[in-house]
Amino acid sequence: MDALGSLLDGFRVALLPLNLALAFGGVVVGTIVGMLPGIGPINAIAVLIPITFAVRMAPESALILLAGIYYGSQYGNSISTILINVPGTASSVPTAFDGYAMTRAGRASTALATAAIASFVGGTLSIFGLVLLAPLLARWAIRFGPAEYFALMVFAFAALSGLAGTAPRKAVASTGLGLLLAAVGLDPFSSVSRYTFGQIKLLDGMDFVVVTIGLFAVSEVLQMLETAGGGAAVAGVGRVMHNVRETLVVGWSMLRGSVIGFLVGVLPGAGGTIASFLAYTSEQRLVDREGTFGKGDIRGLAAPEAANNAAATGAMIPLLTLGIPGSGTTAVLLGALLGLNVKPGPLLIERNPEVFWGLAASMYVGNLLLLILNLPLVGLFAAVLKLPRWSLFPGVAALSFVAVYAVNGSALDLVLMTGFGVLGYAMRKLGFPLAPLILGLVLGPLAETNLRRSLALSGGDWSVLFSSPIAMGLWVLAAASVVGPVVLGSKVRRAFEAS
Amino acid sequence: MKRIVLCRVNITAFRRWLAAAVALAACWSPASRRGWECIAPANPGGGWDLTCRAVGAALDELQVSPGSVRVTNMPGAGGGVAFAHTITLRAADSGLIVAASPSTTLRLAQRQYGRFSERDVRWVAALGAEYGVLAVARDAPFQTLGDLVAAWRADPARVISGGGSAVAGQDHMKILLLAQRAGLNPRRIRYVPFDGGGEALTALLGGFIQLFSGEASEIEGQLEAGNVRILAVLAPERLAGLLAHVPTAREQGIALDWITWRGFYVPGRISDAAYRRWVDALTRVAESQIWTDARDRYGLQPYFLAGAEFRVEVERQVEAFRTMSREIGLIK
Repeated sequence: MDALGSLLDGFRVALLPLNLALAFGGVVVGTIVGMLPGIGPINAIAVLIPITFAVRMAPESALILLAGIYYGSQYGNSISTILINVPGTASSVPTAFDGYAMTRAGRASTALATAAIASFVGGTLSIFGLVLLAPLLARWAIRFGPAEYFALMVFAFAALSGLAGTAPRKAVASTGLGLLLAAVGLDPFSSVSRYTFGQIKLLDGMDFVVVTIGLFAVSEVLQMLETAGGGAAVAGVGRVMHNVRETLVVGWSMLRGSVIGFLVGVLPGAGGTIASFLAYTSEQRLVDREGTFGKGDIRGLAAPEAANNAAATGAMIPLLTLGIPGSGTTAVLLGALLGLNVKPGPLLIERNPEVFWGLAASMYVGNLLLLILNLPLVGLFAAVLKLPRWSLFPGVAALSFVAVYAVNGSALDLVLMTGFGVLGYAMRKLGFPLAPLILGLVLGPLAETNLRRSLALSGGDWSVLFSSPIAMGLWVLAAASVVGPVVLGSKVRRAFEAS
Repeated sequence: MKRIVLCRVNITAFRRWLAAAVALAACWSPASRRGWECIAPANPGGGWDLTCRAVGAALDELQVSPGSVRVTNMPGAGGGVAFAHTITLRAADSGLIVAASPSTTLRLAQRQYGRFSERDVRWVAALGAEYGVLAVARDAPFQTLGDLVAAWRADPARVISGGGSAVAGQDHMKILLLAQRAGLNPRRIRYVPFDGGGEALTALLGGFIQLFSGEASEIEGQLEAGNVRILAVLAPERLAGLLAHVPTAREQGIALDWITWRGFYVPGRISDAAYRRWVDALTRVAESQIWTDARDRYGLQPYFLAGAEFRVEVERQVEAFRTMSREIGLIK
């Protein structure tokens, strides 16, 4: 009841004309920035921070603007992912699996609308979580030590076996390649360089954006070049609205995606990527009876999109209640808060209620604005696909180069991206799935540091990995997601044979 | 009819989008640059980034710089990418400053920037500082540094320390130096690295580590909430404000300071006149009210060294870090 009253006060803050305008401005800028892969919300926020200081903006107003950019960019990101298979961040990679497949199947408008609605659902539900559970979840996040993180990574890898499809060996090989790429760079513990061949630019390892855009976008363009000729790139774009049955089906997917995304987002360091991958793989585990995932299944789009946005909100919890940034973007927000003289930490809700509740309320408003803004524009965005091939594909290629160069301003990245494009093309031709590679690359360093960290803490005693209930629970889940389908699969087969 | 119109609108939209992308990328590329530039050798949000942005804004507001100062984020190799970039590609660029801190000098001391040394660039000024802190959880058995040292002496393996830097990084060095100054063998002290001070602090709160090594600003929120206690600040004198009641390490009989200064270097081959202009410009910033306000806002303490004085301090620091790293066995 108390929370509800405070939230009403929050709405009073959020609905002030200035704050409403800032939320609107923030989500518009965020959407645009999110659509342009490689630039990302971090840069947009970093550029705006000094401006908010200069005009002496109230902390809650500044935070409303900056957070608007943050979750607005999650919307924008899905647009370029769905339309042209250019995921701007690692966390939108799962969106590409079924989102881009839907575009290829002539259902781009449906995909865009689903993404917008899923983002809205994920964003809105997770704000409920933020409001009701923030202090509780902050305490939970603290209990999550290196051993628990490692178990979570193992679970994510195990769930990945769902992505393996018909070629499990090839999926394992692809994961291994991803892990190998993840090893490039400085050893996270001792700062010794690994596989850098004297290249100083490789010391920080492979940038996700470079690998992702190379593997997905560039190889896609290469593949498209095989089919010569003019005409539009895809047959059609489909309708915007769902029918009743679809709405029900994706509703559950969005709900599940939101819960997973929110919980994983709360964990500092785990972040949106694991959230959206986990949401995708577990959704596939649960509902993919006909093997339609990856071929344009609307549920495979709704779950990770909802998870993505829910994770962005979840990441605000450790930031606001512990003063601990859970992701790169929230780290920038932390800098902004300090500069605005708001100390994030356990006392923030008491001391700056207008900041916490105003932000929460403005996130409701902002998500609604995004939905209102994006649904009517779906047709406009999708019309990009009506461009003839000869202009669309060079455009995608050019955009890929610009995006990758924008990340670090490094020419080496362009060479790497092209190399990954060729690799991706070869892998597609040979039937190796691309997604496990990305997951290996993303999870590899996290799994490595957390394993080494837990062993460093325990003095080399491996039993530490199984020492807490949370860790045990995750191990059981991991085992179940590997063994489960095998057992269930054979049961189903037996049932078939019996009938 | 309607369809054709829609299509035209969208080609324009798509072109604009591409044009915007190209324009934005151009803003990021070094080739198109004029005027003054500050390179933050890390991603947005960290100390170096804030140093560049705050000092850049002050230079602009005081009208010392020709127009606003552009901030370029050049992450990589703990500042190594920016260091190499400055020396190899911008050696005579008189419009460039690069943010630095003891993290820079420590890496130089441990030769992590390859063949480059602190003498390949020119050190301009340091404009503020943070001080190191050593903290424990609220219910920890240690009340003073003395208690901690006694526990270490009894069994070094029982106390696990952690911080936001890698092995041999700043947070690890603080712990090792403390042990060394207390007469213990630093090689037996356990340290676990985390990804940034925030994660290390979470591990302290969660009971995974017993001793946190970091900066005062990282811990103030938790300190106010009463979740952590600070055993000592590593400053020559007690700090003002929230940490006024926390004794220094010196007060507790261990002569250890850790000053995380925020400063700048410029390319090594610019003219003496250009170098002096930078020293004057940053001195004017340091003396301004605008900077004092910004410094307080970011939780930095007053600290100022410029010109030759700063260069001497940097060289002394690199030498000291090198000797220490060798003694502790971190480098050969």
